[in-house]
Amino acid sequence: MKPAEFYQRDHDRHPAAYTPGYKTSVARSPRLALISLQQSASEITGPVFGHDDLGELDHDLIRNYASDGDPIGERIILHGRVLDENARPVPNTLLEVWQANSGGRYRHRNDTYLAPVDPNFGGCGRTMTDAQGYYFFRTVKPGAYPWRNNVNSWRPAHIHVSVFGTSFSQRLITQLYFEGDPMIPLCPIVQTIADPDAIDQLTAKLDMNATIPLDSVAYRFDIVLRGRRSTLFENRLEGN
Amino acid sequence: MGQSLEYLKETPSQTAGPYVHIGLAPGAAGFDIYDQELGKDIIGPHAKGERIRVEGLVIDGTGNPIKDVMLETWQANADGNYAHPESGPVEDGFRGWGRIITDFKTGEWGFDTIKPGAVMGRDGRMMAPHISLWIVARGINIGLNTRLYFDDETEANAADPVLNLIEWENRRPTLVAKRTERDGRPVYRFDIRIQGEDETVFFDI
Repeated sequence: MKPAEFYQRDHDRHPAAYTPGYKTSVARSPRLALISLQQSASEITGPVFGHDDLGELDHDLIRNYASDGDPIGERIILHGRVLDENARPVPNTLLEVWQANSGGRYRHRNDTYLAPVDPNFGGCGRTMTDAQGYYFFRTVKPGAYPWRNNVNSWRPAHIHVSVFGTSFSQRLITQLYFEGDPMIPLCPIVQTIADPDAIDQLTAKLDMNATIPLDSVAYRFDIVLRGRRSTLFENRLEGN
Repeated sequence: MGQSLEYLKETPSQTAGPYVHIGLAPGAAGFDIYDQELGKDIIGPHAKGERIRVEGLVIDGTGNPIKDVMLETWQANADGNYAHPESGPVEDGFRGWGRIITDFKTGEWGFDTIKPGAVMGRDGRMMAPHISLWIVARGINIGLNTRLYFDDETEANAADPVLNLIEWENRRPTLVAKRTERDGRPVYRFDIRIQGEDETVFFDI
């Protein structure tokens, strides 16, 4: 059996493009339907990265921008596996994360929130999954921050996650939230997702077994990418 | 009780937000942290083929350029091969993937690459040369996929199986970049309209 197309994306689990509660989506959403493609080589291939692309501290946000000490904030480990919908690990795939500091301030020239930047915190990291699809980062837990949607809109604490998989059709950017955060149900961006179970899938769980005593609290966040069909009878994908 | 099918469900998408650059292009956010930022060199030093530049805007439903967008590009080499184990071979250093940030003031974006070759499509039908694009930004809940074709490939475009899948023929030109020249170099202009008149075709891939 030869692997063929990736399973069709289930758009009922994803947010729609037009979600007026999240105001920016109103003018940034197509009005016409997406055109569905049967996949070709252009969709089932995607960029390949190697460990040579990364630096030694890229996965350690506590140390990768520190100049004269550690960043201020709750020390956490973020770890999990990248799997496909068939529950197979996705090995050697690139994960990138970015986040605000513990006060909810981003190190970005366009962020003008009054909470200060942390001189020892950059807020980005990247790593590759291992042969079992496993990954981990070390960071500080980000703070909530206000944003101009409604006048009193606040984002729950979150970490942005970007993942590649093995094909351009698996490319995904999402956000992870933290178990128990009372701002999750209030957030217009979270609520672009209609299915409560899908929101729960974005909520990292406190993981006491992975917590390092007297050092860092751990959160577990598994990521699922689209699975791939096995071709049982024929493979006309590449012109046979 | 019947058998149950046990599949996991794909992790839902969320918008990349306004500060996507911190994670994916920290130099654009205003700080240097990585030894090498990824996606700046699409083709490497040994790529065969015609050197081209691609430029454009991403325009929202009010007609204004989006200034905080990030695009990723994915393309074959001049022979129509992708830098991937299920395709190839490609020249040393050819990744075929790029990450493009818009100018924060104007929304203009651009990248240097080579014009890709035609790629074998499904059922043995050749696809016209094209570059796949993936667009994320604040306000975009799930990345938008589209394709860039070239206006000097009239014949190949007319036979392209994906373009021909678009039943509204007047929408096909939204995927075709226009060739111009600057200082003797080919430049393809490709404006992407997210919404409204001449809305660009987006694909569910």
